[in-house]
Amino acid sequence: MAKRSHVTTTINGDEYEFLCEPDQSLVDVLRNELELTGTKEGCSTGDCGACSISLEGELVCSCLVLGVEADGKEIETIEGMAPSADELHPLQRHFLEINGLQCGICTPGILVAAKALLEKNPDPTETEIRFWLAGNLCRCTGYDKIIRSVQSAAAEMRGG
Amino acid sequence: MATILEESGFDPNAELKVVGTNPVKHDGLDKVTGRAKFGADAFLPGMLVGKILRSPHAHAVIKSIDTSKAEALPGVKAVVTRDDFPEKKEGTGAGDMTRNMMAREKALYDGHPVAAVAATSERVAKKALKLIEVNYEVLPHVIDPVEAMNADAPILHDYLRTKGAEKDEDKPTNVTERMVTQLGDIDAGFEDADIIVERSYDSKPMHQGYIEPQACIADYSEDGQVELWCCTQAPFVYRDRLSAILDIDCNKINVQQSELGGGFGGKTGFYGEPIAILLSKKASRAVKIVLSRIEVFRGTGPVAGTSYTIKMGCKKDGTITAAHAEMIFQAGPFAGSMYFNAPNAMFTRYDIKNVDVIAYEVLSNRQKVASFRAPCVPQIVFGVEGVIDEMSRKIEMDPIDFRLKNAAEDGHTTIYGDTWGPIGFIETLKQAKECDHYKTPVKEGEGRGISTGFWFNRGGETAASLNLAPDGTVTIAVGTSDVAGSRISISMMAAEELGIPVDQVRVKMADTNSLGFNRVTAGSRTTFSVGMVIVDSARKCIAELRRRASEIWDVPEDGIVFEEGMCRPASANVGDFEPLSIADICKQTTMSHGAICGHTEMNVTGAGPGFAVNIVDVKVDETTGRTDVTRYTVVQDVGKAIHPQQVEGQVQGGAIQGVGWALNEEYIYGDDGRLQNAGFLDYRMPVASDVPMVETIMVEVPNPAHPFGLRGVGEVPVVPTMAAVGNAIGDAVGIRPTSLPMSPPKVLEVIEQAKSEGVCKL
Repeated sequence: MAKRSHVTTTINGDEYEFLCEPDQSLVDVLRNELELTGTKEGCSTGDCGACSISLEGELVCSCLVLGVEADGKEIETIEGMAPSADELHPLQRHFLEINGLQCGICTPGILVAAKALLEKNPDPTETEIRFWLAGNLCRCTGYDKIIRSVQSAAAEMRGG
Repeated sequence: MATILEESGFDPNAELKVVGTNPVKHDGLDKVTGRAKFGADAFLPGMLVGKILRSPHAHAVIKSIDTSKAEALPGVKAVVTRDDFPEKKEGTGAGDMTRNMMAREKALYDGHPVAAVAATSERVAKKALKLIEVNYEVLPHVIDPVEAMNADAPILHDYLRTKGAEKDEDKPTNVTERMVTQLGDIDAGFEDADIIVERSYDSKPMHQGYIEPQACIADYSEDGQVELWCCTQAPFVYRDRLSAILDIDCNKINVQQSELGGGFGGKTGFYGEPIAILLSKKASRAVKIVLSRIEVFRGTGPVAGTSYTIKMGCKKDGTITAAHAEMIFQAGPFAGSMYFNAPNAMFTRYDIKNVDVIAYEVLSNRQKVASFRAPCVPQIVFGVEGVIDEMSRKIEMDPIDFRLKNAAEDGHTTIYGDTWGPIGFIETLKQAKECDHYKTPVKEGEGRGISTGFWFNRGGETAASLNLAPDGTVTIAVGTSDVAGSRISISMMAAEELGIPVDQVRVKMADTNSLGFNRVTAGSRTTFSVGMVIVDSARKCIAELRRRASEIWDVPEDGIVFEEGMCRPASANVGDFEPLSIADICKQTTMSHGAICGHTEMNVTGAGPGFAVNIVDVKVDETTGRTDVTRYTVVQDVGKAIHPQQVEGQVQGGAIQGVGWALNEEYIYGDDGRLQNAGFLDYRMPVASDVPMVETIMVEVPNPAHPFGLRGVGEVPVVPTMAAVGNAIGDAVGIRPTSLPMSPPKVLEVIEQAKSEGVCKL
């Protein structure tokens, strides 16, 4: 058996250490080694976006990143999105209020991706939101209320 | 058990406080924070990883399977093959099911399971699969359903004979059944017609496309008790069918459903679950099986592909006089495509006196059909509404007026024998005609399509419990699944009936040991059926609350009314008592009398049919054949929207699934019978940038059989969709496509044809 690598990383502000196989994906590590199951795995090929996380501030599909690549890096996942135990991120709140989720399996990835969009572009057009989220599949909603939730959260975050 | 819901108590003038509002769903918070536990999100101590070996051949005799090398690999704790499944007779329900779970005599499709292992890690499990030696004798295969009907087609099952065959031939066939559905006099109907249109259509298998791959954990203890955790739309059906194919008593299989990451019908039947149970039994450890996306495409059910002809006739005034269809449904290797829905639903919503439909279900070497929203209906409505569109053009009648001319009214008796109560089809058509979208002229260079759809909506066996806690709050246990928010709708109906805020109610999806049998969560039945059962349970609680209030006040029970969550004296004559809230009564009497609970088990009937009208604008690119949907409006009769936001979500989601089916989604097989596009890159579902917002107009013609008037809403949205997109492309191009999906190459062909016939509008 191949030797497992020792990896030290920061996830949602906390230091984590883990051992992983050289070919083990980061989403596999997050979910099955660290039991951070908020990040979902829908395809393992970077097509569905359910495993979206932030790695060193960049939006990535964690199924396309190796666990060993996380060494010394900063990761943010859905579990770290709410600022505190009794306060949600505006995106989380607006998704709840506008019903931007149905089954909820794509929701963590979409929230992480939407957060990354609003950090780059606080006032995106509908088209910009649609193209930014084109890497995040949702089969339940038809995207309508997802787009509206992002628009509404963005407006609040701009102070609108 | 007797129910007290003999009268629904529906009151069109009731002032509803909770029903019709949009509270945040109780399961929502856990879903935006990542806390919600879906199928793959659970772990058990000592749990093993299960992996499935699948046939690379579409059709092959399995001559032998040698698992000895895999078993010898360190870390492998169990290997199962066909030999571990109890023998069940071929051609029976259990026989077909067990053979679809694990290939027995033959592998019948690319992806058919042939063996499975449980090991201490994924790496070891994958390595073990490679060590299993399967000796196949590859046979000729057939995937196309029309070819599968030919006399010289490869035969999947030598024992199969056609039920309802025209000629009684004792010869193997791939046709499971020939079904004839008739009404009136079809020949006379066509003789009455001034215009007759006949067209042939076809469609390919498409996948339900849920984002959560199937996942389960089975834990088989030494005393034969199975604990099964899985994502499912049908925990009780899973239990009963697992019992049937594994010879385990129902009470020894406890199914606990996880959160469900999408199903759309595709999780009404199991795949990895029986394999995980057998692996767990052999290994004496819990076993988790999570399918990969490739396995989901190769190993789980897409819908039926079809090939069919529709012929309809109408008078110059628009009256449809006759409707005929001959249809072939591609079922996969076993019967069970639910094709019988099509004859009953395809024309239903129009009042047509003369109907003649012949339908065949045909086996082929592809994945077994699994249910999908309104099974087997949307792909046929694609043709029906195409012919209707052509007829309305020929007599130069507005497409909505044409449909109004033929629309079924209240009291209509359907082809399947039901007589309808109040229905909203005419109202949906009228509102479609009056809506902004329809009144806005089609943009230059675009096309517009109209179509309509119907779904029966279902009831069925439903059992649930409603418990009043000592503090007066309410817990509800249901045995149905929550596919997209039924928990909040159920909470709202309970809160409405009990006169309390919705936050005081919580719904839990119980395990199968805790409740009586519940039918699958499918067919747009859940919010309707559980609503009936929960209102009945709430009324039982209210009756008990009144009894106890009468004891506390020492007055007759009929002197007490229950209003706004309180027991009150019915009049001043009863006495001057402070009203007692649910909490007051529970606090005062739970210790002395026991808890107040209502539970109801019913085979729920009275589901009101649902109807939708779609208006779709498209832009077709002349050079590439690509179609963009530019505007989409759905008008749907929802009876009564319990949670309007959720209902809109169902409608929008169904419509966009239909857009995918209309424009892109299909299973593509190579000449070798292998699936060539088993991934989201090549199997292209709509992404956010492909589609517009979906305007939703909810028509509320109440269903009086339900306490709040609701109709199921989940199936209808997809029914008219592909037809509406097709009619819009036809309007844009000049010729209406007849083959699904209407992908760019096919639309280019239609454009070429339109040009050669001099009718191209691009």
